[in-house]
Amino acid sequence: MTRYAVGIDLGTTHSALSFAPLEGEEGERPEVMDVPQIVARGQVEAKPLLPSFLYFAHESEGPQALPWEPDRTFSVGEFARARGIDAPARVIGSAKSWLSHPTVDRRAGFLPIGAPEDIEKISPVEASWRYLEHLAEAFDARFGGGESSLASQDVVLTVPASFDASARELTVEAAIAAGIEKLTLLEEPQAALYAWTLARGDAWRKDVRPGDVVLVVDVGGGTTDFSAIAAVERDGSLELVRVAVGDHILLGGDNMDLALAHLLRHKLESEGKPVDRAQQASLVHACRVAKERLLGDPSLEAAPIAIASRSSTLLGATLRTELTRDEVTRVVVDGFFPIVAVDSRPTHRPRAALTELGLPYASDAAVTRHLAVFLARQAGALAKLQGASPQTGRTPRLLHPTAVLFNGGVMKADKLRARLVDTLNVWLGLDGGEPVRVLEGADLDLAVARGACAYALVRRGKGLRIRGGTARAYYVGIESSVPAVPGIEPPVSAMCVAPFGMEEGTEAKLPPHEFGVVVGEPVSFRFYGSTVRRDDGAGVVLEDWKRDELDELPPMELTLPAEGRSEGDVVPVKLRSQITEVGTLLLEAEPIRPLKDGERWRVELSVRADSEEGG
Amino acid sequence: MQAAPAEPSLPFATRLWLAWLCFFRVLVDGAFAARVSGARAEPRLAPAAPPSQFTAPSTSSALQLLSLLQREGRLVDFLQQDITAFPDAEIGVAARVVHEGCRRALRAHAEIEPVLRQAEGARVELAEGFDADEVKLVGDVRGQPPYAGVLRHRGWRAIKLELPLIVGGHDAHVLAPAEVELG
Repeated sequence: MTRYAVGIDLGTTHSALSFAPLEGEEGERPEVMDVPQIVARGQVEAKPLLPSFLYFAHESEGPQALPWEPDRTFSVGEFARARGIDAPARVIGSAKSWLSHPTVDRRAGFLPIGAPEDIEKISPVEASWRYLEHLAEAFDARFGGGESSLASQDVVLTVPASFDASARELTVEAAIAAGIEKLTLLEEPQAALYAWTLARGDAWRKDVRPGDVVLVVDVGGGTTDFSAIAAVERDGSLELVRVAVGDHILLGGDNMDLALAHLLRHKLESEGKPVDRAQQASLVHACRVAKERLLGDPSLEAAPIAIASRSSTLLGATLRTELTRDEVTRVVVDGFFPIVAVDSRPTHRPRAALTELGLPYASDAAVTRHLAVFLARQAGALAKLQGASPQTGRTPRLLHPTAVLFNGGVMKADKLRARLVDTLNVWLGLDGGEPVRVLEGADLDLAVARGACAYALVRRGKGLRIRGGTARAYYVGIESSVPAVPGIEPPVSAMCVAPFGMEEGTEAKLPPHEFGVVVGEPVSFRFYGSTVRRDDGAGVVLEDWKRDELDELPPMELTLPAEGRSEGDVVPVKLRSQITEVGTLLLEAEPIRPLKDGERWRVELSVRADSEEGG
Repeated sequence: MQAAPAEPSLPFATRLWLAWLCFFRVLVDGAFAARVSGARAEPRLAPAAPPSQFTAPSTSSALQLLSLLQREGRLVDFLQQDITAFPDAEIGVAARVVHEGCRRALRAHAEIEPVLRQAEGARVELAEGFDADEVKLVGDVRGQPPYAGVLRHRGWRAIKLELPLIVGGHDAHVLAPAEVELG
């Protein structure tokens, strides 16, 4: 029996779960569950945030007991994160960033990178599964399992808006492995907006009116995510439509703390005080605290930093330095949020081949530049939206938001919010727009989990739902049958298999374009996504496109079982696509001449892009 | 010490009759004789245990708290080191580490509030029946409540204290494990 609406924020650095009883009172706020987790050897404590880290204990350490599981060889949470400092080769962090990595096999076990032989490495999917499993077990331990187990509840799991079809698919795989059965995906910035409406109560309808465009700026520990949500009037009532999402940017608060720590490390070392690995980790942590203080309190000129040595001697061995206002302004405010022109673009440095197995961190640290690109690329996002206020005069060069909602721990800092809003207002002013308002009033750390739970309630008819469908159009690559010329790639055209804005639970009708598939052999198709081509209907074939309009995604693969057919035969098939109720893209191949009714095969997404490149 | 509660006394005639009965039964019934003997000895051997007002505290949660403050704020390291020879500046640097960490740990595990909310230095009134655990009278202490005096220290009260669960077999006496780096 379904008793609770549950929202899960599976974050890059932290995860959280919130729940609300379905029979609860109207307007009841979802509660954030305290998650029991190992906090030190032999000690378990319940905390609202579960750090998304996994530690493989060495056999000498014995079992990693939890209240519901006495024998476990690994642990998830605070102790795992702490072990990341003193035994890093046994710890997985940032599994979520790996989950969206396009050029590695995300189902292959390669984490932790550089782990010793006694560890059986696991895949990014399995690491995510372990985090979700921990939350599910904690939920069942609290509510008694059985009918109240998480498997029986309506669960909304958040993903970055910028996650493409394959990263979403893998997230769902992890959730199903963790025993979550009634699952729906939700984009994190939408969750933040739901949380905000919840925090504001009915008053939010005064802040967001038809014609408004809310820009959600979500800067978390590891990722930066932009979304635009428009408020329109339809049949006399307000409707919210998510009109655009940005690219996946691996850039967040952790990068800022690392940059500050790097600066202070130089300062200490130039004074002849070396910093060891454990001290480096403490330094990063101290920088985060000092950064938050300096950015939150304009009267402070400097924040003192003291880093203890690893030995039991404290006095005489503690490093002391300070982080000044100048430094934090230079490194964080001007470094990550520089005042830039509206037409400035992130720089792309070519990456060394050796970084292949590393994460594709953003090569430009400027959040404002990434924002400028987003707004420029999405200038036409409102063009086809019914009920949006008509853009008068000349065509704007930018998407014009009217309000900003911040999310993520980094955006707690007044100074950074102010810098971003000021920069945005200058751009809008130059483009003939009005300044934005800031939507206040949500808890930035737990908003996504709470908002996800609110969405689970909305799906049952309690509150206003944000529409929008898929934030991308998807295309399959069709290689033209020209004679092969050595050294030259055959030209590829792209057929749209799922148009932009396809809603959950709908199917796209494709024209009977035939693909020949060899029975018994895997056939790989090139796969593309676009966040800007809004007008391509299903079946439209593009012969060419602008460079940044289509992004190539990991290829998809189809293997026809030999059942009823002879191996090596070529079977003509056509494709059909649907967006599942869960929120993932499902592509199927249907034979033109089926052997039995309803015969079709699933096309697998998220297969490894290139066997030489991946791990 | 509290006296053991006295049994109700019997009249003399009843006692004489009882003594007479007992005299013969003790002679003929060995088991009865043993019980009488036990009844005579009992008051001396097992005086009614006075309800104890003192209890020895369980030290495991105190050890755990020390371990927590060491883990988060290096408190044991700080207190175990002899600081007499160090200049104040050095002590200040170390105190920052200890203060920042212990404060974070304390805030995460305990909720602490002042016993009295008035500003220190303000005049406060104490009505009859105030709790001597909550308020300590200092200075010229005499007479009967109500009292009026100056608040010198607001006091602290722990609203709650929650410590991690301990897995069976965990040795709480290890406040911090020794660390040995391999490789």
